[in-house]
Amino acid sequence: MALQSLDIAKRSATSTESPQARKTPQVAKLIDVSQCIGCKACQVACMQWNDLRDEVGNCAGTYDNPRDLTDQSWTVMRYAEVETERGLEWLIRKDGCMHCEDPGCLKACPSPGAIVKYSNGIVDFHQENCIGCGYCVTGCPFNVPRISKKDSKAYKCTLCSDRVAVGLEPACVKVCPTGCISFGTKEDMHERAEERVAELKERGFTNAGLYDPAGVGGTHVMYVLHHADKPGLYSGLPADPAISPTVSLWKGITKPLAMAGIAAAALGGLFHYVMKGPNDVSKEIEAEVDKELEGEK
Amino acid sequence: MTNHWSDIKNADVILIMGGNAAEAHPCGFKWVTEAKAKNKARLVVVDPRFTRSAALADLYAPIRTGTDIAFLGGVINYLIAGGKVHMDYIKSYTDMSFLVKDEFAFKDGFFSGYDPEKRRYDKSGWEYQLGEDGYVRTDPTLQDPRCVWNLMKAHYSRYTPEMVEKICGTPKDKFLQVAEMLASTHTPDRVMTILYALGWTQHSTGSQIIRTAAMVQLLLGNIGRAGGGVNALRGHSNIQGLTDLGLLSNLLPGYMTLPGEKETDYDKYIAARAPTPMRPGQLSYWQNYGKFHVSLMKSWFGAAATKENNWAFDYLPKLDKTYDVLQVFELMHQGRMNGYVAQGFNPLNSFPNKAKVGAALSKLKFLVIIDPLATETSEFWQNYGEFNDVDPTRIQTTVFRLPSTCFAEEDGSIVNSGRWLQWHWKGAEPPGEAKSDPEIMAGIFLRLRDMYRKDGGAFPEPILNLTWPYRVPHEPASDELAKEYNGKALADQLDPKDPTRVVKKAGELLDGFAQLKDDGSTACGCWIFSGAWTEKGNLMARRDNADPYHNGQTLGWAFAWPANRRILYNRASADPAGKPWDAKRKQVWWDAAQGRWAGSDVPDYKADSAPEDGMGPFIMNPEGVARFFARGMMNEGPFPEHYEPFETPIGVNPMHPENPGATSNPAARVFKGDMEAFGKASEFPYAATTYRLTEHFHYWTKHVESNAIIQPEQFVEIGEALAAEKGIKAGDRVKVSSNRGYIKAVAVVTKRIQPLTVDGKTVHHVGIPLHWGFKGVAKNGFITNTLTPFVGDGNTQTPEFKSFLVNVEKA
Amino acid sequence: MQVSRRGFFKVCAAGMSGSSLVAMGFAPTAALAEVRTFKLARTTETRNTCPYCSVGCGIIMYSLGDGAKNVHASIMHIEGDPDHPVNRGTLCPKGAGLLDFVHSKNRLKYPEVREPGSKEWKRITWDEAFSRIANLLKEDRDVNFVARNDDGVTVNRWLTTGFLAASASSNESGYITHKVVRSLGMLAFDNQARV
Repeated sequence: MALQSLDIAKRSATSTESPQARKTPQVAKLIDVSQCIGCKACQVACMQWNDLRDEVGNCAGTYDNPRDLTDQSWTVMRYAEVETERGLEWLIRKDGCMHCEDPGCLKACPSPGAIVKYSNGIVDFHQENCIGCGYCVTGCPFNVPRISKKDSKAYKCTLCSDRVAVGLEPACVKVCPTGCISFGTKEDMHERAEERVAELKERGFTNAGLYDPAGVGGTHVMYVLHHADKPGLYSGLPADPAISPTVSLWKGITKPLAMAGIAAAALGGLFHYVMKGPNDVSKEIEAEVDKELEGEK
Repeated sequence: MTNHWSDIKNADVILIMGGNAAEAHPCGFKWVTEAKAKNKARLVVVDPRFTRSAALADLYAPIRTGTDIAFLGGVINYLIAGGKVHMDYIKSYTDMSFLVKDEFAFKDGFFSGYDPEKRRYDKSGWEYQLGEDGYVRTDPTLQDPRCVWNLMKAHYSRYTPEMVEKICGTPKDKFLQVAEMLASTHTPDRVMTILYALGWTQHSTGSQIIRTAAMVQLLLGNIGRAGGGVNALRGHSNIQGLTDLGLLSNLLPGYMTLPGEKETDYDKYIAARAPTPMRPGQLSYWQNYGKFHVSLMKSWFGAAATKENNWAFDYLPKLDKTYDVLQVFELMHQGRMNGYVAQGFNPLNSFPNKAKVGAALSKLKFLVIIDPLATETSEFWQNYGEFNDVDPTRIQTTVFRLPSTCFAEEDGSIVNSGRWLQWHWKGAEPPGEAKSDPEIMAGIFLRLRDMYRKDGGAFPEPILNLTWPYRVPHEPASDELAKEYNGKALADQLDPKDPTRVVKKAGELLDGFAQLKDDGSTACGCWIFSGAWTEKGNLMARRDNADPYHNGQTLGWAFAWPANRRILYNRASADPAGKPWDAKRKQVWWDAAQGRWAGSDVPDYKADSAPEDGMGPFIMNPEGVARFFARGMMNEGPFPEHYEPFETPIGVNPMHPENPGATSNPAARVFKGDMEAFGKASEFPYAATTYRLTEHFHYWTKHVESNAIIQPEQFVEIGEALAAEKGIKAGDRVKVSSNRGYIKAVAVVTKRIQPLTVDGKTVHHVGIPLHWGFKGVAKNGFITNTLTPFVGDGNTQTPEFKSFLVNVEKA
Repeated sequence: MQVSRRGFFKVCAAGMSGSSLVAMGFAPTAALAEVRTFKLARTTETRNTCPYCSVGCGIIMYSLGDGAKNVHASIMHIEGDPDHPVNRGTLCPKGAGLLDFVHSKNRLKYPEVREPGSKEWKRITWDEAFSRIANLLKEDRDVNFVARNDDGVTVNRWLTTGFLAASASSNESGYITHKVVRSLGMLAFDNQARV
């Protein structure tokens, strides 16, 4: 069993079929939110392993620091003080890339090979191929990728693909002092999740459950939630994440048409369009599509 | 810790109180999550704040800071009144049946023998009754009103759930839920562990809080058992080791003590520390004190320590009082100290009342700082604006700052709070010209010795005769020092049973402290560490993590003192007949066939003493059993009693409202001027407490970039109700002041601090993390200890950092 | 679902761009995916213990090179020791950031002195530091050493200089520190355990 496969299952903006013959087990990281103390060891392990150092920021009146994901912070803890029927609960969620089985970022990415998905399930960004258009940001249902101000390229958690590639666990998994983060085959993580959910139910969390959202084909980073019926309690974890219709649209219908119509396009404008200001435009497109969809109802 | 970190996984109930393990010891806390996952254990957290530990608790109860004795006293009452005690355990293993002298009494908040002028007790009446045979009188039927059990029962009957609620602000139903959960472990098949840290020690009644916890654990039969114990998580990586090695004013290595100036007779000095058994058949292991002491003196002074000179008794300084840091900074503040050396320590940040500490340092002639990092103390003379507003030109102290290595750049061992001595290896050269602490000590000492040799001076003998057998004298190596504290034979050691057999040849390393002698034929620098580096090699470097019994004892990993025992008092894990109380948790047991104690741990007991001999499991106590009644060993009384913090938000002790003298600890030492510096609730209405955050370590990690990134700026925590009252929003800057100064910080407004109703009044807590200062890569901030009061625990003098009064306003 | 003409054009244009880049030969040549090379492959591993809290977690320090003479073996990464029975490879955020402690820009490198009334540090040699400190100690000890108390009892103590020992230094450091300090007759001696 080779979890560390570098076989590529999908590659952005490439229509060539990926090799399919080899069968590699899927990997997954399971984050049991009920065991998280929000210590941020995973944040530090991530910056240490990946040679990242964010700015020394400031305290904004919460424990959240850095306050959001950045090109230097690929994972952050999000703290929520929530009053439930059990009284006060401090729900702390490790946020970062979910490594979707059907990655919206990859679908949206126009640059060949800038985003790949390995056959073990890891979704990885290859910055040398990144053109900084920001479509991955739009394409992500979890609002994860960030464009670096330094080099205008997109960054996010790699699930430590360089560690997994040599048979090691991701840095955040190894470091986690309470065992809230675990790593293994997706199958094993499902099993572990079941155990954890059963234990939470035994402790009276009747709605405990696994978060492995179907809208993105399932994820390779999953959560055990004590309140799986209300993911929104965990600093706005989307209840039913799905790839934005815009991205689905362009992949599904428009891409072949675009290929066919290439000669008709004004190349200069196109380049400008791709290299500059893409983020805004993509939002505009999205708004447009949304409007259309609204009109449909 | 009586137990150790991975042993926590054996618990059924975990009480975290007076500590916040998830915050301050996350990697140890994993064994709490493990116990929860594998053992269905329940986690109970009692704390003024809903902490990171509380976030994972099954049961959380709020408590007002500084009222833990009232809470735990309430638990004692609940257990005794409800019969929820492990009766077979306490009958055999505690002093419950011992009779107490008639003079002992308790009235209006004072125990018998109190002198209000001196703020001190005459403790002579706090003793057991002795029979004609010289042993303590007992009443196994527990009928005698003077037996410890009945005295204790009466003492704690006053701690009703209503009284707990009145003092602690813990709602009665919450308290009862906690008490019930704790009580569930009184059966032999269930065990509770208690995890505490500085949240208990840093009170004017700190030692007594811990004693109350020990009493709870004894009542439940949880001491000496896997998954049980009273576990001090401790603060720094080698605080345990440095305490073991006796680096405290009144100590010598291995919990031996320096003589007081009244102890002029050597034999009496030893005898006072080597008590004979108080009950028949007891081991009273401290009877070997003389062997440990003589071996230490031989280790330090070699041939100069002889029987004739009482093993260089005169070389030891004699105490007139304890020179703890509060005492020393008081003297410094009075201008009575000239020099001070701070080795890896940052007193300006670490000690209470920063203004007083800074003023004290300014009166020194010289200050020597030995540190890997640029500390605030090293620059106490420098002006850092509002953070340190001093005028350097007016400070005449000469300050030396010597760079030392850090962990990564040296070999050596440190002791974790589970008493494991673990060896580590050097991985890199230090930066610049930094030197290790032993090299720096050698550098200073060798020059001093040369001067005394050449020029003479005051009492040069101990300096000139100090053993210095190191290969390279200015670089004493870690292996040499480790072997020195392990101990060696100075003459051939013969087998007492067969004198023709040589057990140890002269010069050989000893196997353990059982081989020490008081005739000068052995040397040992720290008896409890003996066995750490023997002829078999460096046992501290062992890396066999096998756990054949699946109880986490890992006897082949490193070396635990004493004698590689992992759980102290583990004889108490078995019943009087030598059979484990719980077959699931087998620690030690009597192997009748072999005529020896066997176990998954090293038995903490005389290995061949059969159960019918009746030796108690607490072999260090002359009673052989554990004490509910502390005799004269604690300064404020044999039974813990609730006293208010010196800065109390309610101004009265609800236990003794009629006796103002018993409001706060009547036996705590308060210096002149410091009493006046205590604030009153009328001016400083909020109960403040200081603590660590998980993202930082003390005052070090503000120098560490990755930690500065994840927690960059000083803040204080305020409950939503108080914030609303004061018009403070999250992210606002606030000024927090006490009677000793102020700090300014960002406000974190939280639901995790709730107002409590105490004695009919609303009490708000203000939480103040301690990690900032004016040096570092994190954002500069104020020194938290600007606010804290200069008063310590009545026994240890550990400052009351955890309970004081402040005011809060928008900055 | 309908898409407006304008919307369709925009989606189309955006979608086309990537493909068109390839079509026109502008594609980065290394479109083949490759992960970052594993950075610890041949580093030297040294076992150590985390110096922060008292859990005593095992750590592994990874230093540059294989120990060859010409390499400066700078520590380049630190992780938990998976064999350690307590931490089993895990670390807290402090332990995980130890590398930045080792390389903190606030590490002291040279002996320094701040003279009375001065506003600055002056670099000195170790020899000068040791000699000056030893002289100050001896001067104070010789003047203030108390051989006998008022009752004429031998007490052999020195109270005017104090020593505050570390909290994270090794047992070996602590042992020799205690030995030296007591030989001088010092009583104002404490460590972090006091507070």
